[in-house]
Amino acid sequence: MSAFMLKVRRYQPEAEEDDKRGAYWETFDVDLEPTLSVLDGLLQAKAHEDGTLAVRCSCRAAICGSCGVRINGNSTLACKTQLGDAQAEADRTARNGENVPITVEPMGNMPVIKDLVTDMESTHWEKFRRVTPWLLPSGPPPEREYIVPAEAMVDVTQSVACIQCGACVSSCLSMEADPEFIGPAALAKAYRFVGDPRDGQTTERLYDLANDPHGMYDCTHCFSCIDACPKGVAPMNQIMRLRRLAGDEHDIDDVNNGRRHERAFVKIIEKKGTLDESALLQDSYAPGIKGKLKPTVASIRGLLQSLPTAVRGVRTGKMRSIPKLIPGVHHKLPGDAQGHVKKAYERAEESNIQLNLYVIGEGGEEDVTAEAVEPEAVSEEASTS
Amino acid sequence: MGRVPEHDVLVIGAGLAGQRAALAAAEKGVSVGIISKVHPVRSHSNAAQGGINAALDVDDSWESHAFDTIKGSDYLGDQDAIEVMCREAPDELLHLEHIGVTFHRNEKGQLGTRAFGGASKARTYYVADITGQAIMHVLYEQLMKYAEQIDRYEEWFTTDLAIDDEGRCVGAVTRNIMDGSTELFKAKSVILASGGNGQIWQPTTNALICTGDGIAMAYRAGATLMDMEMIQYHPTTLAGKGFLITEGARGEGAHLLNAKGERFMERYAPNKMELASRDVVSRAEQTEINEGRGFPDGTVALDVTVVPRKRIQEALREIVLVGRDFAGVDITREPIHIKPGNHYTMGGVKTDVWGRTNVPGLYAAGEVACVSVHGGNRLGANSLLDTLIFGRRSGEDGAQHAKGHGQGQVSRSVLTDAEARVEAIFARSHESGRRVSEIKAELGKTMDEKVAVFRDEEGIQSALETVQRLKEEAGSAYVDDRGTIFNQDVLGAIELQNMLENAEACCMAALERRESRGAQYRTDYPERNDEEWLKHIDVSLNGEGPEISYSPVTITDWQPQERTY
Repeated sequence: MSAFMLKVRRYQPEAEEDDKRGAYWETFDVDLEPTLSVLDGLLQAKAHEDGTLAVRCSCRAAICGSCGVRINGNSTLACKTQLGDAQAEADRTARNGENVPITVEPMGNMPVIKDLVTDMESTHWEKFRRVTPWLLPSGPPPEREYIVPAEAMVDVTQSVACIQCGACVSSCLSMEADPEFIGPAALAKAYRFVGDPRDGQTTERLYDLANDPHGMYDCTHCFSCIDACPKGVAPMNQIMRLRRLAGDEHDIDDVNNGRRHERAFVKIIEKKGTLDESALLQDSYAPGIKGKLKPTVASIRGLLQSLPTAVRGVRTGKMRSIPKLIPGVHHKLPGDAQGHVKKAYERAEESNIQLNLYVIGEGGEEDVTAEAVEPEAVSEEASTS
Repeated sequence: MGRVPEHDVLVIGAGLAGQRAALAAAEKGVSVGIISKVHPVRSHSNAAQGGINAALDVDDSWESHAFDTIKGSDYLGDQDAIEVMCREAPDELLHLEHIGVTFHRNEKGQLGTRAFGGASKARTYYVADITGQAIMHVLYEQLMKYAEQIDRYEEWFTTDLAIDDEGRCVGAVTRNIMDGSTELFKAKSVILASGGNGQIWQPTTNALICTGDGIAMAYRAGATLMDMEMIQYHPTTLAGKGFLITEGARGEGAHLLNAKGERFMERYAPNKMELASRDVVSRAEQTEINEGRGFPDGTVALDVTVVPRKRIQEALREIVLVGRDFAGVDITREPIHIKPGNHYTMGGVKTDVWGRTNVPGLYAAGEVACVSVHGGNRLGANSLLDTLIFGRRSGEDGAQHAKGHGQGQVSRSVLTDAEARVEAIFARSHESGRRVSEIKAELGKTMDEKVAVFRDEEGIQSALETVQRLKEEAGSAYVDDRGTIFNQDVLGAIELQNMLENAEACCMAALERRESRGAQYRTDYPERNDEEWLKHIDVSLNGEGPEISYSPVTITDWQPQERTY
């Protein structure tokens, strides 16, 4: 047994004592094995010290998705985080050997109802329902099962593995900036249908996703949701797959010009070896010669709306094209930089494989290569050992 | 809510059985309400990892599935009900596939199977090792799709059934967890689908919500309970926390080893080895442990490393995570320590094949119910099937029943009584009673020691006495939280009462059955005794208290035989 301090961010909406109005911190001491979970710690405090401590929980085994919280600031499940690990994380901020408690807070981006219980209905489920979250097959079902490739089912199973715990929503930086952003969990759910060969509304789904003004192009690639997800769903990866499918395969332009912005970004870096912000605006809104000669109303409006940003860019020195055009002058661009960038682009094109944890396993790429080289030898060895 | 919420059909519990019942009733054109004390996707059906059985393959037959189930039940299952379940399994499976479940496919793109315990053919269909979750989330998608017909009451805790003067069930009394208000829901048919009672045991694979609420509510309302002594201990649970390691692991070829490294199942089930029925495997493990061939932590080992790595990643990923996160073991590289642990209650509220209980208007389906298709021992991957088949049938028949009846009359006093009970809990003093959590812990420990894999009269009797004492104590157990908003503390006190009623019925039935059959192994009566005990034990509440009676086992084509694997 070891002693742990759990510093819990509390909110008791009906409290009458003065020191319990609004949110406050309370520290509980618990005595448990370090391999037990933060949830076990919270439940011990609740059982023995204070029954008013509220936390949703049920399975204790990272299956039901009830106990999403932030531990030491990281969004996760309380049942999946061992006390010992949480303490080690907390100790990283310790100075002079002081005892640092494990902090436990309610999930972010959500209103708090009581202590660690948050309102997921308004921040997650309402958005979730925006992606038409049920299968829409075309025509009546077959007599037996749908015949579909085995890999397709394994592929969407990564999104099916989502337990709707909200950890990704809690960690999402775009959601912090725009509370109406549809969010990582809802988009992972969207991919679950877009990637399902039995669904008959793929194009319509992608069109709707692209035309949601707070939709998939609001994701800023920050990886927070991938870090937070306790089930390896990797929501951001599913978002990127949705974007590729919408843009590249279905040629759908989105309402926020995200697709062209993304393309302009990629093209400029390929050409110049670094981002040229002054070219980015124009290329995003009116790409190509034709676009510049005959800009559309939407692109003119977009450009005009971006003017304040452009002015700020020029004033701060961010928008300066000239040094980036001459090799060796810009501090981030040594002479051969463009060559390297081009090679990186080529390499990315060649190995454009879709990663999926159900296919490659937790070990990552190492396993993929091993099995890709000699799949039979590997499985034989495994089955005889 | 100003007015009384009324529905044709009211479903209590929103796991697989409840959601399936709600959808089936809605399909019949009636209005449906579905109530759950947690958000539906948090329900415990999530935990079903391995899969769902159906004789869908052209080389398989429902008769073979039925025989395996009957043999698995140690001949205590009702064969008419088992026939219904096994005959209807393939269509139910295809229905699930058609509405979106991402079942595993073979190389031809058709549905593919895995092997499971006690089955003569590989007939278990699955989604990796998250089958329950994958099916339940698809049903929840359908609930959202049919939102116009199905009202969802998420995070509402049902405290009691409403019974009218003629003894008909006409609704339920429910507390809105979010604001503490109490409502009387009226309905023409009420379907209980609130799951099992595993929390009576500690440790257990069951979630914290599995407190036998529905069994207790039905029992208090006059419904008969059946087979309550039949409690399944799952062969592969993690020591300490009791987490489940799917039988799918053994289905994929994993071995069980004792501390000497022997595949001990050779001695207990030479033909089926690790894939014998769960009661058989659990007893074998417990015997190894009791006779000193286990590890010092009271476990044996499950060796998954014999399964090809790629197959583990694809089909057993969840238990890789369970091993890593909860035991610190990489199961792809080393064996993991496991032991038998409380997992499932075969018994429950007695129903016919349409989910009807002996209380008019009241139905039960899923783990809360006892049809009985599992008898003395449930086969792996038959529980999902049970929830779906009898959930659907209850929904259909409940809708039919609702069409033939008006809303019942029930006095508003049921509501004020319920509110008074909560007030009485708030009024208990810290000086006079014990904490709810302490009583719960003592109950769990007692049951796990005395009403587990091996039982005898002395142990069960002493457990029963403890339970009766705890029932008294629970009457004065105090809570800290007296608020209205999200008061989990008071719900815990109500759950404790429910758990103790379940435990009492279980102990009484276990004491009564003086033989060994299925999950009930009496060291003082080690043989199965068909002459005297090929019958169900029923428990019901008469004015005085619990009362035991018997009902016959329905036998159609399969006469009891000796059971070996």
